[in-house]
Amino acid sequence: MSQSFEEISAQLKKRHRRSARMKWMTMGALILSAAFLVVFISDMVVRGWPAFQQAQIQVEVSYDEQSQELPLAAVDEDVRPLISRGFFRPLPRQMEDNPALMGTTQTQWVIADSRVDQFLKGNEDRLRPADKETLEALVEEGRAALKFNTTFFTTGDSKMPELAGIASAAIGTVMTMLVTMAVCFPIGVMTAVYLEEFAPDNRLTQLIEININNLAAVPSILFGLLGLAIYISFFGVPRSSPLVGGLTLALMTLPVIIISTRAALRSVPDSIRHAAFGVGCSRWQVVRDHVLPVSLPGILTGSIIGLAQAMGETAPLIIVGMVAFIPDASVSITDASTVMPAQIFTWASEPNSAFAEKTAGGILVLLAVLIFLNALAVWLRNKFERRW
Amino acid sequence: MPTNNVFLLFCAVLLVLGGVAFTLSRAKAARVRATGMTMHAQPDQYAWFAVLATAGPALLVSALGAFALLLMGAEIPTIYLLTASLIIAVIGLVMGLNQVRPDFHARRAIEGVIRKLLAAAAMISILTTLGILLSIITEALRFFQMHSFWDFVTGTTWNPGASFLDAAGRGDEGGSAAQFGSIPLFAGTFMITLIAMLVAIPFGLGAAIYMVEFAPLRIRKAAKPVIEVLAGIPTVVYGVFAALTVAPLVVDIAGLFGLDASYSNALAPGLVMGIMIIPFISSLSDDVINSVPNSLREGALALGITKAEMVRNVVVPAAAPGIISASLLAVSRALGETMIVVMAAGMRPNLTANPLEDMTTVTVSIVAALTGDQEFESAQTLSAFALGLVLFIVTLTLNVVSVFMIRRFREKYRVNNL
Repeated sequence: MSQSFEEISAQLKKRHRRSARMKWMTMGALILSAAFLVVFISDMVVRGWPAFQQAQIQVEVSYDEQSQELPLAAVDEDVRPLISRGFFRPLPRQMEDNPALMGTTQTQWVIADSRVDQFLKGNEDRLRPADKETLEALVEEGRAALKFNTTFFTTGDSKMPELAGIASAAIGTVMTMLVTMAVCFPIGVMTAVYLEEFAPDNRLTQLIEININNLAAVPSILFGLLGLAIYISFFGVPRSSPLVGGLTLALMTLPVIIISTRAALRSVPDSIRHAAFGVGCSRWQVVRDHVLPVSLPGILTGSIIGLAQAMGETAPLIIVGMVAFIPDASVSITDASTVMPAQIFTWASEPNSAFAEKTAGGILVLLAVLIFLNALAVWLRNKFERRW
Repeated sequence: MPTNNVFLLFCAVLLVLGGVAFTLSRAKAARVRATGMTMHAQPDQYAWFAVLATAGPALLVSALGAFALLLMGAEIPTIYLLTASLIIAVIGLVMGLNQVRPDFHARRAIEGVIRKLLAAAAMISILTTLGILLSIITEALRFFQMHSFWDFVTGTTWNPGASFLDAAGRGDEGGSAAQFGSIPLFAGTFMITLIAMLVAIPFGLGAAIYMVEFAPLRIRKAAKPVIEVLAGIPTVVYGVFAALTVAPLVVDIAGLFGLDASYSNALAPGLVMGIMIIPFISSLSDDVINSVPNSLREGALALGITKAEMVRNVVVPAAAPGIISASLLAVSRALGETMIVVMAAGMRPNLTANPLEDMTTVTVSIVAALTGDQEFESAQTLSAFALGLVLFIVTLTLNVVSVFMIRRFREKYRVNNL
């Protein structure tokens, strides 16, 4: 069978077109995946940005006997509904603590109600028409405005959206991560050192290896079931505490640390070990004085990545009860506490629409921390990476 | 005395004893060495050995004692236990001091202990797996004592609501009995997983093929970390994205076509989960495609075929075991994914093939069973463990199969970096 030159060149053209089409399609897959990321991040920024601003109103607060009895009386009647209830509640206590305040009248900026906040941000609000007029007048006079929301970074959760903040969740996260790292960093590094430097190649070590790889792929929620059954019901570790959360996350992070530490140890060239053996070091001395210091940056990189993963994990923590409503930061690792992703989850399930921006604001804070951690890991790797 | 103080006192005493052991044996070793005798180890090594001899057995005894107190409910007063371990510490100290002799290999002894410690740390992974298995299996067995295994596997109605009445001893009050037929849950799980795979596999694989076969090095270097960022985003964040942004979008778009979608439809979490899994598939396939030997590519190109034909007929078939294994791992990850579905999928077990309807998944049911106000003993709470058991078995099987496949690929092409 013979083909004419024209036939062949037409066929060739078609094949090249197909080839180009495949190139564009695969490139499209890559570009779309990156586009998802852009859409996603910008969506979160647009949603979360308003959370960093909070409406405040300038009012005259009169500290007197009457407001000691009835805190609402401290401000004019017509602006009362515009101000957060969270402002009034601590007033009597403030006056008790600071007698000099008594009898004075001060003009100050106070936190507005979440409805005012939503109105100023142009969202749907549920203000009464009369209140809306008062508010508009205040805005005209420059006595009501959106200001930077410090409350968001200094308080814990609250049922009043204008007072809800991320601080106690952040403290809970720090404590939980301290427990996680204190448990899984030593154990992970020890396991990796054993498997790479000491272990004989037998059934037991093979079993350990397979196990570690399997653990890395176990769904995270099952670690929650483990934490519930073993730590809480069996050992009686307090529910919702950073201790139980940290222990649960530690088991989950362990394989990550082991696998990356082993990779770091493996990249240390044998010549270093041989040289150390040559001057009479024992195996442990070789590991302690030569292999570990050289591979430390790699180990740290892996641990930071593991930490970042654990920090974003929520499912097992829901199971061990770390989604409690925590208005005040806890002070010990056995107190009930919450972590940032769990706080985001709690806010996301609030029906009040003002919490939607808190949710996205919390996400921005969490993402900022995670990006910082990952950047730190990349920086460590680039700074200390050595090609032997 | 409160437990914390007892513990702190014990640690302090042990620390002091250890310090005494260290200084005494070090001084003794230095004295011996000063006489000009050849010793098998350095003074510091004798000192560390003495510390280990003092603290090791004492810690072991107190840990065993604490374990016995906690688990067996043994009636040993704490004070006896502490005195016993402190006496053991003192005996250890004396014996450690005694061992400071020129013919004693202190370094070797220390190394033995360290080696055992390291091996013990390595055992923790096995203990964790055993812990997961045992805790889930025992609780699941208790569930299957209350409800038949057969109903759990074949039933089509998941209605655990009434079981709390049983647990409270008021079983006869409720209207309908609790039913635990898990088929709708698994159907929902597989539906959402299927949607996720329909997103993740084409995009992940496409991106990997482009990066290995077509992209210039510069783009490849820039694109890889960008895609990897998708993997580092917490799942709860994806959940918010699915619930707040994608689900309403799906409802709007379905509305344009005259379709009626639920706000907790299965499509939104499926799509978002697919995005989450893209980097997983792309980086694994990237590795696999990269390790297909270049000789295969060059041989194919030498025959005059185009690049696309080479990819389709040579590279992808050669890398198929690795790609399939990556996809299986991705499936197992999608099956176990919790936060996205908890936040964006429905709570209503719904046996349907329409992804625009709401349906619930295994992990959602686990969370729902364990966050209510039921007692721990109720069938609903225990059902979480039964579901967890099935989830564990399914994902474990997928992982084992995929490891097996990737091993075959590795043997075929003798690559080490997988």
